[in-house]
Amino acid sequence: MDISGEQQIDAPRERVWEALNDPEILRQCITGCESLEKISDDEMKAEVLAKFGPVKAKFKAKISIEDQIPPASCRLVGEGQGGVAGFAKGAAVITLHESDGGTRLEYKADMQVGGKIAQIGSRLVSGTTNKIVGEFFEKFPTLL
Amino acid sequence: MTDNNRGIGEAVVRREDSRFLQGRGQYTDDMNLAGQLFACIVRSQHAHATINSIDGSAAMAMDGVVSVLTHEDFAAYGGVPCGWGVNNKDGSPMAEPKHPILAEGVARHVGDPVAVVIAESPIIARNAAEHVQVSYSELPAVVSMQQALDASAKPIHGDTESNLCFDWELGDREAVDQAIAGAHHVTKLELINNRLVPNAMEPRCAIGDYNSATGDHTLYTTSQNPHVIRLLMGAFVLQIPEHKLRVVSPDVGGGFGSKIYHYAEEAIVTVAAMKLGKPVKWTSDRTEAFISDAHGRDHITTVELALDREGNFLALRESTHANMGAYLSTFAPAVPTYLHSTLLAGQYRTPVIYAEVKAVFTNTVVVDAYRGAGRPEASYLVERVVETAAREMGIDPVELRRKNFIKSFPHDTPVALTYDSGDYAATLDQAMIASDYAGFEARRAEAKQRGKLRGIGIACYVEACGVAPSNIAGALGARAGLYEAATIRVNPTGSISVLTGSHSHGQGHETTFSQLVADKLGIDYDSIDVVHGDTNRIPFGMGTYGSRSLAVGGTAIVNAVDKIIAKGKKIAAHLLEASEADIEFENGEFRVAGTDKMKPFAEIALTAYVPHNFPLEELEPGLEETAFYDPKNFTFPAGTYVCEVEIDPDTGTTEIVSFHASDDFGRIINPMIVEGQVHGGLVQGIGQALLEGCVYDTDSGQLISGSYMDYTMPRADDVPSFSVDTCVTECTHNPLGVKGCGEAGAIGAPPAVMNAIIDALSDYNVRHLDMPATPNKIWSIIHKASAAAA
Repeated sequence: MDISGEQQIDAPRERVWEALNDPEILRQCITGCESLEKISDDEMKAEVLAKFGPVKAKFKAKISIEDQIPPASCRLVGEGQGGVAGFAKGAAVITLHESDGGTRLEYKADMQVGGKIAQIGSRLVSGTTNKIVGEFFEKFPTLL
Repeated sequence: MTDNNRGIGEAVVRREDSRFLQGRGQYTDDMNLAGQLFACIVRSQHAHATINSIDGSAAMAMDGVVSVLTHEDFAAYGGVPCGWGVNNKDGSPMAEPKHPILAEGVARHVGDPVAVVIAESPIIARNAAEHVQVSYSELPAVVSMQQALDASAKPIHGDTESNLCFDWELGDREAVDQAIAGAHHVTKLELINNRLVPNAMEPRCAIGDYNSATGDHTLYTTSQNPHVIRLLMGAFVLQIPEHKLRVVSPDVGGGFGSKIYHYAEEAIVTVAAMKLGKPVKWTSDRTEAFISDAHGRDHITTVELALDREGNFLALRESTHANMGAYLSTFAPAVPTYLHSTLLAGQYRTPVIYAEVKAVFTNTVVVDAYRGAGRPEASYLVERVVETAAREMGIDPVELRRKNFIKSFPHDTPVALTYDSGDYAATLDQAMIASDYAGFEARRAEAKQRGKLRGIGIACYVEACGVAPSNIAGALGARAGLYEAATIRVNPTGSISVLTGSHSHGQGHETTFSQLVADKLGIDYDSIDVVHGDTNRIPFGMGTYGSRSLAVGGTAIVNAVDKIIAKGKKIAAHLLEASEADIEFENGEFRVAGTDKMKPFAEIALTAYVPHNFPLEELEPGLEETAFYDPKNFTFPAGTYVCEVEIDPDTGTTEIVSFHASDDFGRIINPMIVEGQVHGGLVQGIGQALLEGCVYDTDSGQLISGSYMDYTMPRADDVPSFSVDTCVTECTHNPLGVKGCGEAGAIGAPPAVMNAIIDALSDYNVRHLDMPATPNKIWSIIHKASAAAA
């Protein structure tokens, strides 16, 4: 499943980059995120309570941040384990462009789900994901 | 003669329904044994992955968890066996990879059992299963058969050369090639027989119990054939001798084939009960059923039919790929071969036929027999290609069929079967009248005025029931016999226990078999009890599948009744001081021919058990007889189905506005039960044609139609009120003249529905459409055509 889009943010690139690396801001922007910590410069771990249709589970996720070119782009690779609910994994390329005095954030992600989420909720995954992404960008600018 | 005889031909209300409708049935999950533990199975979430490690320590640490079992705990036992071997074209045996009880280092499909948690309650077991840490390294998954056979694809099993299970053929290739090359017309179709998930109403369940003092094992399981499970699991998996293993299949809520097979869970609970010294129960839920019950169908086929100028069939050629799934289920190899290609003659005199079938391993759930098992796939391709040929040649599809019908019996087909009896014109004629075929064009025109696209489709199917005889089946790869056994136990006061090796899981055997015995003995229907589903109560049995229970199991019963009558005559002759040759038995009375001297059946029974006046020197006391019956041939039910549909062009929705079935099932014992069986089969066939489709994600191998949100089961409002009728030609090689009716609906309905849909879409130049014919597919066709026209 491919998810891509872009978002205009009224803040300079450096500030957006900084915020995207701030675990506290990220935690507040991700719906259902119970904890998010940075283990190293290029690794984070998180616990997210997510609901895909009838399947609700706490996902323990590990995210690594690759190909970092501050403040222009990076690639996030993650995998979340939701126990018997299944798993989700994916990668996203995030690019920040200077635009109209602010920043245009482009994202292009590829996600896969497995186990019960795929079996029961696969049709709902893209809807749920789009909702989480939408909520992220609604919240994100307000915390800058 | 009793007033309450209820013999052959009466529409007796099913006696089992009284307990089912009152919630008084006794299903496996209704049983709870003292001290029972509960198993939850940890299943692979990946379609294909190496299992690096399994850590059950966190689960074991939880309160109430008793054990966590992995492959090592089953290392001493055999794998899940396959019951039918098929040979390749060159005579070499098929690839038969190991099928471990729990995955051994590699998981090969989503749902492959990896570990088992056993706990004091089902909830604890389920919660603890979440804490079993399995470390996987994902491997590429192969889902499509083309992908699996690609030269670059790695075999999913370490012990096979490729993902090809076998490459099998039947028929005279050269003759068929020649006939096709020289034919006036050849119709070629490529079609997919969609993969189905069985969805019996009762999910599978198994309870293992072990008595350490005696060494006796008992397995309670949702099986269509408890003796076969005892054989497969006892002899091949766990090495438990028959006398130490009792298998009980109590009330079972539907099987449709999916409960024929020996499943790993049965061995798991049996071994766990022995290891832990307590009974262990496992109950599948619906989600688990989708990824662990054997699926059905899943063929990709190219079929060619060659015809001469007048429309006579000259030859038929089939090339099929059949998906086996990740392992070989019990009867999987037989389904696309001996239960499929042998039916390619259909109702027609096609002189030469050639079939080649490649069976393929993929990272999907195993595929095995499902209501019809190979025959729906055969009937679908034959009836679709015949219909298409008629349209291409401008011949009326009914007349093309009629012209090519087999008209004399017995008939040897070019694909190994000999049809013993039938009258295909009779069922066709009956169906034409009942469905008012002649009046269709007026109905089409009327529907058009309402903006609806109306179509009519027919299918003339033939099927083969009761795989037989055992020696031929054995020569073709069956690893078991295909007879049936029955015991008639006449109790001292004249009531009767019928012990049958057939198993009823919705078929109404308790009613039908009682009618048989009541009819033969002329006694009260209510004095007869039918006992099935317990290896300790029934001498032997091969179970219920392939519409075999009446033709094979019923014949074993009447043969045992004949032995009872023969012995009764000896007893009667003694009591009546007559010669045995002079004793006649009729209407429940043993009579000296031509006199009024007689003894009722009950008195003979009592005499047998209280043998005060009894020829003890010549005859044993007691009245109990067993018969094993091995049929000489399959039986060949056949019929014509007519389906009328209306499509709403705005939504692509298909409504089945009428459906008529004319079947020839041979002699009918209980017409109401037969009608119910036909209804059920038709609904499943319509489900396959319009609604059901099992879908795997082609990249990841995840099952994405894994619940009722994405897998559409037919419901009452998806089907019309059926019109069902029968014609009778008796089977010539069993004494009852019966043929079997359980699968016909699922065999004949899909092509009838699809032919009707193609007919309804005739303005849109649609030659073929794969099942399920969803509104989306149909709307897209209409929409594209309208867009092109605009």
